[in-house]
Amino acid sequence: MTEKSTRPPGPLSDATDVERPVSFRGGGFVVQPRRLVGPVVFIVLIALWELGSRSGLISALVLPAPTEAFSAFMDLVESGNLQKHLGASLQRLVIGFSAGTVLGLIVGTAIGLSNYARAGVAPLVAAIFPIPKIALLPLFIIWFGIGEESKVATILFGCFFPTVIATYGGIDNVDRTLIRMGQSFGLSHWNIIRKIVLPAALPAILSGMRISAAIAIILLVAAEMIGAEFGIGAYVLLAGNLMSTDQLIAGVTVLSIMGLTVNWLITKAEKTFLSWRN
Amino acid sequence: MDLKVDGLSHWYDDLEVLRDINLTIPQGEIVCVIGPSGCGKSTLLRLLGGLEVPSKGQVLQVGAPPPDSLNPLTYVFQDFALLPWRSVESNVSLVLERHDLSKEQVEARIADVLNRTRLTDFCKAVPKQLSGGMKQRVAIARALSVNPAVLLMDEPLSALDSQTRELLMGDLIDLWTREQFTSCYITHNLAEAVRLGHKVVVLSRRPGVIREVVEIDAPLVERRVSDSRISSIQQGLWEMMREEAQSADLELARG
Repeated sequence: MTEKSTRPPGPLSDATDVERPVSFRGGGFVVQPRRLVGPVVFIVLIALWELGSRSGLISALVLPAPTEAFSAFMDLVESGNLQKHLGASLQRLVIGFSAGTVLGLIVGTAIGLSNYARAGVAPLVAAIFPIPKIALLPLFIIWFGIGEESKVATILFGCFFPTVIATYGGIDNVDRTLIRMGQSFGLSHWNIIRKIVLPAALPAILSGMRISAAIAIILLVAAEMIGAEFGIGAYVLLAGNLMSTDQLIAGVTVLSIMGLTVNWLITKAEKTFLSWRN
Repeated sequence: MDLKVDGLSHWYDDLEVLRDINLTIPQGEIVCVIGPSGCGKSTLLRLLGGLEVPSKGQVLQVGAPPPDSLNPLTYVFQDFALLPWRSVESNVSLVLERHDLSKEQVEARIADVLNRTRLTDFCKAVPKQLSGGMKQRVAIARALSVNPAVLLMDEPLSALDSQTRELLMGDLIDLWTREQFTSCYITHNLAEAVRLGHKVVVLSRRPGVIREVVEIDAPLVERRVSDSRISSIQQGLWEMMREEAQSADLELARG
């Protein structure tokens, strides 16, 4: 008996009465929140950057120290120019994004629901979507002038196509039994669209909005680099032309914060409207 | 109101699904339709309620539906078909919203059907919080809210576990005992058919033809699993279906 139990655990037939716990092997591959890691990585990177600049390892011409970029940002705030730049940019962004999204929703719903719209418009959307809208900016300037219109039009077009594709993709994936249920209770077409199809497609529409919002910010900067007096894009372009890299970093940071804010807003919207999913 | 199926045949492209079906669903009776999988049971139900147009023959409503019936032919689906973003009461109100009812009337109807299906305490819950049996009770409540003349049930208990199925079957029997609703009940479960059906229609495998109609005259409430008459009927039905099911099982799925 004692001889048996001191033997290393082998095949069952050799050690039938040895007891040992089943070893755990199910760990890993589980997504869990680690709240502190993100900020720590961020802070460590900036600290290293600052250290490198101060020690002269990173030349000020190549990359200004974070503190210099921050003081450039504070100059921008104190001169009152931040408001002007940000105001002009946000106005273009809001108008272009909302108009593009609304039009995209309408066209996407039409493609999702009508066989004719699908046959006629969907190939057109597929053909125009991959064209970089920045390449069309000169055309927009000829059509709409050098003022606000051409900038807004660029953003509008940029947001329109991803929204169309997300919307009709979402509608395609709506559970057909729900639609059949609506029909079996005699709901009108309009009621089925409004109360069944669109709410069911909302998750896809919102993730489309996340993409089109990022595209909108990219296009905003590109459009503002041509003939804009105010706007974050104009500010960044001017800073680049003057080789004042501290201002450039400050401007780019503002853009990044804009992107984060939009992302946060959409996450908020998802939590509110899609609470039924969890 | 009776529902009458007259010389009905149906094809999908060149695939014949149903052949020359003649059938009456008389008022106040539950007609169960059984058959092997893929025999066109669900297609028959969709044809009955006008969700599809038969290739040949017709479905007739005999007599007028009761005047207070908002949706005479009403379905209960196998997978419940509840809107996941709406609460229980809101799922019921969905089908009442299009009718000319005052807010009070809608509320009264919802309260009534939720009470009849014992769901009053759960009126604010969303489908995700409910068990399968409760979801199907919500779907039944929704169907009852429009005062249907005929309830068209497509394997309503098939997505549920067997205990829940037993409970819900009891609920349906209670409901019928109280208000003698008319129903066409599709199932592949023989036990359900012999417990709930006044008439059991046996379909053959594809193309579905009526092999036999078995009348069961024992009152629904008195039927027990242990009842020898009921179990011998069930045995008889199984013998009829066994061969069909076996050869249906060996067929390759099409389309």
